[in-house]
Formats: sequence, structure tokens, C-alpha cells
Amino acid sequence: MKPKFGVVVFPGSNCDHDAYYALKKIIGVDVNFLWHKDISLQDSDIIILPGGFSYGDYLRTGAIARFSPIMNSVIDFSQKGGKIIGICNGFQILLEAKLLPGVLLKNKSLQFVCKDVYLSVENDNTFFTKGLNKNEFLKVPIAHGEGNYFADEFTLKSLIENDQIVFKYSSSDGKINDESNPNGSLLNIAGIINKEGNVLGLMPHPERSCSPVLGKNDGGLILNAIVKNFMN
Amino acid sequence: MFKAKVLVKRRPSILDPQGMAVEKGAKHLGFNNIKDTRIGKYVEFTVDTNEKKSAEKEVKEYCDKLLINPNLEDYEFTLEEIA
Repeated sequence: MKPKFGVVVFPGSNCDHDAYYALKKIIGVDVNFLWHKDISLQDSDIIILPGGFSYGDYLRTGAIARFSPIMNSVIDFSQKGGKIIGICNGFQILLEAKLLPGVLLKNKSLQFVCKDVYLSVENDNTFFTKGLNKNEFLKVPIAHGEGNYFADEFTLKSLIENDQIVFKYSSSDGKINDESNPNGSLLNIAGIINKEGNVLGLMPHPERSCSPVLGKNDGGLILNAIVKNFMN
Repeated sequence: MFKAKVLVKRRPSILDPQGMAVEKGAKHLGFNNIKDTRIGKYVEFTVDTNEKKSAEKEVKEYCDKLLINPNLEDYEFTLEEIA
């Protein structure tokens, strides 16, 4: 059976409808919006924390959204092995909720960066990436001011040892270097999973590159892989 | 009742691109002696209790749970009794 997705709507989320549209109309799965003040996850199989500026990014990005009533249910869900994807601001919320390690700092350039980047799939043996081709570099847009991934040495070492770095920023032919790093992230990190492998956070927006009409489909490859892996 | 004043500082090991950018501005203005600019936050609020110990405990909890991200920041605070 195809998975049912739940997209959480925080005050200030602005990619919730993009995620809903991409999943419902393009990928062809069931999706529900989940209001931040609710507790029920409405029997969702996979939860998406979408991009945006929840609570105006006040205090720190994701810091206040993390205490929304729905987040208790999301944390419980994650502890039971439920699958969660945090995109952009959703990634920031997952870090604040300590469902993922590390922190996202202001971009090194201090600029808000909105452009297509390429992603190298570093671990294709996760629920979220199985079936993606490691030798094809995915063109997916980013749009953020605070996506500069940072973790202390100990955390970084454990991320590497446990193969938790899932996506890195690369060039179109897979070179991972400073030139292909849009925001100063350590090791060009664009997306990580938790040790248990059921929580993914990533800065790029797969939901914004799903439509052949827009000439972009690489984000759709990621979402389709997730759906397929759920069905297997 | 107590007045709490919390100073939030970026940990020394964390790069502060904002501080660096501001310092660039300082150089353009000719402030050549200004060095190591680091930008933090200042938060103030009142704590409605008469016991200093419990006020301290509450401020600490507020800092640890919400105001501060320990990956990124350190803090110090003062409490002053007010009428």
C-alpha cells in the first residue's frame, strides 16, 4: 500500500502547499495537512515538516515551532520508528527538537541563497534514498539564509562513522569542494539522518523540483524512492 | 518579584559570520583597533516569585529549554529583586 503523508503546518510555514501538491498531484499519494496545535497525526505513515519561517524565525530558526503541541506527537512517532522528513525550516526544527544532531548557522556569505544546487547521494542504503543512483547528481533547489551545517568534532565523527550523512552539495559532475558548497556547511553536508535511520533532515527542497512542466524532476526521484521503499 | 537579565553569547568555538561582517564595517569606518567582534543576545524578563532560589531555577530552566541552544550558545544571568 502507498504511504499516507502528513504535512505539518506551523504559523509561517510556506512550503506546506508545495509539499502537499507535489505528493498529491505528482507523486500520487494521500496527504493530509496537520495543524501545529493539533495532537493527532491522522494515521500518517510519513510526516513532513515543511520549509518556511515558522514563528518568524524568532529567537532561533525552529526554536519555537519545536514546542508546538503537534511536535510531542511527532517526537513520540519518531521514537516508535515513524518516518519523518524535515525540509529546510523543517530540518532546523528537527535539530532544535534534538531528533537530529548539530545546528544550522547563518550562511557563510550572510546572504539568503536561492538557486539550484547539485546533490551527491552519500548513503543510498537508507529508507529515504534506497534506489537512488549514487552516480547521478540530483539537481534540487535550495532557498535559505541559515543552512550552514555545523556540529562539534565528536558529533561529526559519529555522523561519519554511522554513515548518517545522506546528501552532500556537489558540482553537476559530483565534485565535493568549496566551490560546490553554497552555504559553508561542514563537509558540504546537505542532509543527514538519525542513527536509527527513520528521521531525515535536508536543506534542499525536493518538493520544488517534482514537476516535468517546470523542467525539474530530481526532487521527484527522491520522493518516489521514499514511496517505493515504504511499499517494499 | 525578580528582574532577570540574560546575556546569550555564541560559544567561542563557533564561527560568527555576523560579527565578522559587522567588523568589516568597522574597518571601513576607520575603527582600526576594533577586533574580535562577536554578536550575542540580551533577554530580560520578570519572574513572579519571592524566593530567589526558585527564581534562579526557573530562569535556568527557561534558558536551557528554550532561550539557548547549547550547541551554539552559552549564557549568564543576573537576578535583581524588584518591588
